[in-house]
Amino acid sequence: MNISAIQSAPAAATAPVVAMRGVHKSFGPLKVLDGVSFEVARGEVTVLIGRSGSGKSTALRCIDRFETIDGGEIEVCGRRVDDARLDLRALRLDVGIVFQSYNLFPHLTIEENITLAPHAVKGVPKAEARALAAKVLAQVGLEEKLHAYPEQLSGGQQQRAAIARSLAMQPKVMLFDEVTSALDPELTGEVLKVIEALAADGMTMVMVTHEMGFARGIADQVVFMHKGKVHEAGPADILSSPSTPELAQFVGTGL
Amino acid sequence: MGGALNLNHLLFLGHGALWTIGLSVIALVGGGLAGFLVALGRVSPSRTLRLLAATYVQLIQGTPLLVIMFLSFFGLAAIGFNISPLAAAGASMTIFVAAYLGEIWRGCIEAVPRPQWEAAEGLALSRTQRMVKVILPQAIRIATPPTVGFMVQIIKNTSLASVVGFVELTRSGQIINNSMFEPFLIYSIIAVVYFSLCYPLSRLSRRLERTALQKKPALA
Repeated sequence: MNISAIQSAPAAATAPVVAMRGVHKSFGPLKVLDGVSFEVARGEVTVLIGRSGSGKSTALRCIDRFETIDGGEIEVCGRRVDDARLDLRALRLDVGIVFQSYNLFPHLTIEENITLAPHAVKGVPKAEARALAAKVLAQVGLEEKLHAYPEQLSGGQQQRAAIARSLAMQPKVMLFDEVTSALDPELTGEVLKVIEALAADGMTMVMVTHEMGFARGIADQVVFMHKGKVHEAGPADILSSPSTPELAQFVGTGL
Repeated sequence: MGGALNLNHLLFLGHGALWTIGLSVIALVGGGLAGFLVALGRVSPSRTLRLLAATYVQLIQGTPLLVIMFLSFFGLAAIGFNISPLAAAGASMTIFVAAYLGEIWRGCIEAVPRPQWEAAEGLALSRTQRMVKVILPQAIRIATPPTVGFMVQIIKNTSLASVVGFVELTRSGQIINNSMFEPFLIYSIIAVVYFSLCYPLSRLSRRLERTALQKKPALA
């Protein structure tokens, strides 16, 4: 990391892209987030890890306002996400999200899946949107699948297409919610390679993953969640030398 | 007429059968349009609209079609609105079909997996865009077999229009029978005509259902 570049940059550029401050969230009597705070800097990769039910997926979904929060603050690209008057459309133009189950639109070809939102939401002309689709598909190595339907693709290819669909909206930050959990190791590898390339290009990303080796290699920041709290956070090194027994145990079982 | 069954009788029945088809088409188109609005109302984010649509469905599903027919023909006439048997039958069928198709289609819209909504939301599509471009095209696929199946119910239910004097297949049979008194023969012919209208639709519905099952999208 180039420290002097960051210090000389204007304040706006150094402001975190995502900031969670004391976020609380309950589903009925179940407290899922219990004062969660972390920040994501521009161009950095933050990996959320933790056991199932630790609140990591919920935390991720709160960033894109798929869940509303009960307390605390969330700021994304300078916008208060917890504000009821939030411009949801503007938020979702800035934030891209990729899901575990791909969620491609089954009635549309891959090209149509990708061009739909740029054309309908941003008003990008059809021809330009198609060029954009070809470009993002090449980025994920699927240029030959332009006219295929999602069901004709393998899981890994579908997930790469879903990433391309999100990329076509040129988001400022991308969220990945356990995007490889439904894939076998080989297909997982091809999806992770795409994500690595995005990270190398400087995309700001927040991801929930169970791939510890991958997290170690890609994360600028690791946030370990435990019982709805950020139990331990820091650079990827904390995975090799955890300072809490919970993380040590989690990493131990995760490997 | 009178005497033995002759070509004139058959032509009269044929004419009635055409009106059965005509009334079915009116019911399908009118009820389809209104039913679409009912379905949208049922899944609306507005509580008022949801309640309104649900009340309509409950009210109509809890009322016999025969009573709706009586109300719109004799009932309206009694309070000063004289409408033709065709208008009364068409309106009653539309009201009736809208409630059932609305409910069938609500189920189809809700059968589109929730994550499809979220994926569309994540791409910043507006609610209308999500509905029109993502959800409805998938819901229509799901809805086709049960809708074709329901058309069978529509065709059979048009026979109730005979009570308001609308001369469709059943009513034309009654008229012929009044002059010939051959109920077994006449109503057998009518049953065969209804069956030959409905059976192809039932078959089609079943076939559509099978192909829909085969082409189920993986992990939507």
